[in-house]
Amino acid sequence: MERFAALIDGLVYTRSRDTKVRLIADYLRETPDPDRGWALAALAGTLSIATVKSTAIRAMADERFDPALFRMSRDYVGDTAETVALMWDQLPHMAGTTPPALGEVIALLNNVSRARAPSLLGELMDRLDADGRYALLKLASGGMRVGISARLAKTAFAQGFGLDVDDVEEVWHALRPPYAELFAWGEGKTERPDPSETAFFRPFMLAHPLDEGVVDLADFAAEWKWDGIRIQIASTGTETRLFSRGGDEVSGAFPEIAAAFDGIGVVDGELLVRGELQGGEAASFNALQQRLGRKTVTAAMQAEYPVFVRLYDILFDGTDDLRARPWHQRRSRLEGFAARLDPVRFDLSAIIEARDFDHLAEIRGGSRDAAIEGVMLKRRDAPYIAGRKVGLWYKWKREPLVADCVMMYAQRGSGKRSSFYSDYTFGCWGDDGALLPVGKAYSGFSDEELKWLDRFVRNNTVARFGPVREVEKSLVLEVAFDAVHESKRHKSGIAMRFPRISRLRRDKPAEEADRVETLRGMIG
Amino acid sequence: MWIDPSRPVERALVTHGHADHARSGHGKVWATPETLAIMALRYGTDMGTPVRYGDGFEDSGVKISFHPAGHVLGSAQILLEHAGERVVVTGDYKRRFDPTCALFEPVPCDVLITEATFGLPVFTHPPIEGEIAKLLSAREANPDGCIAVGAYALGKAQRVIAELRRAGYDAPIYIHGAMQKMCELYEAHGVPLGELVMATGLAKGELTGAIVIAPPSALNDRWARRLPDPVTAMASGWMRVRQRARQKNVELPLVISDHADWTELTDTLLELRPAETWITHGRTDALGRWCELHQLKARALDLVGREDEDEA
Repeated sequence: MERFAALIDGLVYTRSRDTKVRLIADYLRETPDPDRGWALAALAGTLSIATVKSTAIRAMADERFDPALFRMSRDYVGDTAETVALMWDQLPHMAGTTPPALGEVIALLNNVSRARAPSLLGELMDRLDADGRYALLKLASGGMRVGISARLAKTAFAQGFGLDVDDVEEVWHALRPPYAELFAWGEGKTERPDPSETAFFRPFMLAHPLDEGVVDLADFAAEWKWDGIRIQIASTGTETRLFSRGGDEVSGAFPEIAAAFDGIGVVDGELLVRGELQGGEAASFNALQQRLGRKTVTAAMQAEYPVFVRLYDILFDGTDDLRARPWHQRRSRLEGFAARLDPVRFDLSAIIEARDFDHLAEIRGGSRDAAIEGVMLKRRDAPYIAGRKVGLWYKWKREPLVADCVMMYAQRGSGKRSSFYSDYTFGCWGDDGALLPVGKAYSGFSDEELKWLDRFVRNNTVARFGPVREVEKSLVLEVAFDAVHESKRHKSGIAMRFPRISRLRRDKPAEEADRVETLRGMIG
Repeated sequence: MWIDPSRPVERALVTHGHADHARSGHGKVWATPETLAIMALRYGTDMGTPVRYGDGFEDSGVKISFHPAGHVLGSAQILLEHAGERVVVTGDYKRRFDPTCALFEPVPCDVLITEATFGLPVFTHPPIEGEIAKLLSAREANPDGCIAVGAYALGKAQRVIAELRRAGYDAPIYIHGAMQKMCELYEAHGVPLGELVMATGLAKGELTGAIVIAPPSALNDRWARRLPDPVTAMASGWMRVRQRARQKNVELPLVISDHADWTELTDTLLELRPAETWITHGRTDALGRWCELHQLKARALDLVGREDEDEA
């Protein structure tokens, strides 16, 4: 447990991704089973211990500390688990107790009744130091919050054992903590685990942006790029699961899709909302966000945001692995597969018929459907390969929209940018002649431009609010963005999707920046 | 006569050299010789009367004496005696060993006016040896970068340096230009700090593998751009709380404080058992609550113009 606590502590304070990966990899190599497996699960977010709720932690504190002193401390620290972990030092300690191993902690917590959980937790706390107690409470109450994504945890595992992270991904979602088979494979003691009997996630094939390039439509097929949520459906016939981009299971958020899927195999598509406002067409990404991330949804939500999946690829037809086959073969298998599914919940992403690339550009330019982000180009002879391999799939987004805005506030960045004012809030002119904030951006400029912007902020500060500097309203920034939508977050009533600074318009007077009304006209 | 007045006054007793206790512009100052030297360095004025630890003088029937507080070089508690009643003003204090200053001496009294900077039961400062070991192992783990330690220029910086030396680290230690004079002053008062090199003005390559000590404010600002791939460390009692460390972009928190932690504050009250305790700055409410629970008479004494040096 001490080693795990030290790892958590290291991760809490480390900003560099590479260092985080190294810390985790070292830990996984040097720690025995099952501790390392539980740690990996805790980091990847696949560990859940149901017996300890935050109320149990509160109860434990109330038993031991003066309520007034605890409240004052909690107010200061801002986190109950950390407050308890720190205050525990004030209690009398038994000398010579040995700290429990992580595996022992998990085994005890998994087998304790909810009623006895607080006293067990207290006994474990007595055997740990402040860092160990913090790690224990975070582990027990779920949610390590150490800034590690599941992908980063897997990358660290792969790096620690000299494996390819994509090979790890391929089987990861079929395995359960404490991942003994995974470590056995990592140490070369066994072959890679074979989980083919279960419905599990296969990593997605991803696209590169088509920047300035041109492709030959004889080699590439074109489809619309839909502004929904990428989804994979895997079914063995007895169980059906839905997975989002990172392989997170989202079956609970979209139960009607899982229930309606009547087929065996693995398919890839875009989850969209059919909305009346959109005249039966796919509704926007924003509406879909209402559903994503929920563990369960009510019948009312299912009715309000009716979802369907627009299918565009098939990985397995029955138990037949099609991933090595070229796209055109998979496409015809998909057409046959999709025809047997419920048309209310599933349809097929259409192929755009274009004479040539220029014609496609013309079609793309003419699309203003809010649910369309652009065009996908898929190599007709390409297999389905996990990850982002060059030359096979391209995303060709619609031209971004641009507006001239005025810098209003600036804030320092984080990490390497913590000495630079690199996050900018900008605004456009409202009806009454005042600037209204319309968005915030922290990318799109070069290092040289950043230095210039940093100097501008420092030399033109008119007020400070904590970490935020208000600047002289004189610098025009050309901002590129993908879309504008209504928002209550900004006073202007609108918000941008993916705003970034495209140019510094030092030549342009602030009065000539765009008006909020102009942006409002761009709402798609 | 005033103690640590926040405005210029005619006659001031000063406990120690930190800016929120030792202001400039007083008519006459009584302080330890070390504190007077620090004030002379900072304010360029030299008009004080030195009072050594254990020494005292009488003024209007009040006997005034200075006693070690263990906070920084020259820091003192002030004992006031009148008609058999004894009042002690602790100033800022700690009770742990510190190679850069004299150890705190408990002074029996009727009224104790105590600080309470870390007056919450979450604050337990760990032994400094462990924190110094963390710093040294971070340096070893980052041979291609450097460790930049944020430490207040008076007291904390010299203590970290002296503790590094005590742990056997004898390589040159790099310091921010703002610390040079204070380090020289410490050495002149018999606190050896080993070889110190100014980091300001050096090329990046010269700082590879180095431990660099700078005021906290310099670490997140332009000054730090000169450092090669730095790990940002901070030596402060506030580092005990994770969120505080993260807010300040600290990667290596070192819980090193020159103030008494909760245990030291409460143990001191139990040891001295003053008839009355006045709690001056910091967490007056929590220490007051503790006194109530332990049936010690206490009250909060609100002072203006106080801020902790680590917070600056």
